[in-house]
Amino acid sequence: MSNAATFDTRTDTAIPVESPLAFSYRHSGAPRAGSSSRVQLRERAMLGHLILRGGAIVLDEAVRDVLGISLPGKPQALVQDASGERSIQWLSPDEWLVIVPSGEEFPLETQLRERLGDSHYAISDVSGGQTVLEITGEAARELLMKAVIYDVHPRHFPVGKGVTTVFAKATTILRRPSEERWELVVRRSFADYCYRWLLDAAAEYGVNVEQ
Amino acid sequence: MFYIYCPYCGEHREEEEFHPKGQAHIERPKEPEACSDEEWGNYLFFRNNPRGVHHEMWVHAVGCRKFFNVTRHTVSYEILETYKMGEQPTITADSQKQPREAAAVSHQEGVRA
Repeated sequence: MSNAATFDTRTDTAIPVESPLAFSYRHSGAPRAGSSSRVQLRERAMLGHLILRGGAIVLDEAVRDVLGISLPGKPQALVQDASGERSIQWLSPDEWLVIVPSGEEFPLETQLRERLGDSHYAISDVSGGQTVLEITGEAARELLMKAVIYDVHPRHFPVGKGVTTVFAKATTILRRPSEERWELVVRRSFADYCYRWLLDAAAEYGVNVEQ
Repeated sequence: MFYIYCPYCGEHREEEEFHPKGQAHIERPKEPEACSDEEWGNYLFFRNNPRGVHHEMWVHAVGCRKFFNVTRHTVSYEILETYKMGEQPTITADSQKQPREAAAVSHQEGVRA
């Protein structure tokens, strides 16, 4: 176990916890389009986000042991476990983003630190800094084409790919965990901006926001 | 708009994701104390401004956030190659004695005359 100071950022106090979009729901609303909707938008709030940095070989062994998923070594790769709830994404040659269900991030970080010992690595808990917006529906790709500078054609963006790119002038991570589903990982401070941009851009498709 | 090949991401990306970071392959003097003021000043402040092939550092700022090198032609803006940090360019001003560049030089001399 390394001597890095760690603490659980999710505390058990009575302080109410709000998702990064709570403000946006109050001020911009959450349109419901019903059955005519061609785009569905949903926030997957409060997930556990960890950034892993270090050598691929050392981290891969630890992640395989603790999480049961192998670290994606190929650029732009995104791997998930069987349930699809835990995922690891390649961000740069020595950096990966791990997303796990809420509350799992601190035990995971502790286990990884125990497993990695004195190796050269860094783990940061960024759960409070970003949130995941999920876009589904038949017009999802059309919507992304209006806002993202990256080519989202299926030939260029197959399932299991994830890139860091520009969404409406804001830095975001765009990923495609399954055929029907696209995910945007946005900064908490940009969440309201991105949400309102999405509502505006998706209005013509009859956007349906699920809370 | 350029499509720039990031050697770390392994694919072409929009120019918007990148930032130029100046001349590449600048080596810090091994013994700064032994430098004359002129040598140190040249190292700190003076950069090449060639007409033709130029080696530059760029950073994939929105993306993998890695620095890499770009060989760029300053007349045509053509990006001739990109390569990782620590590697040496395969295309240099000497290896690029092409008719196009020869034409550019003669044009320049013609203006001067």
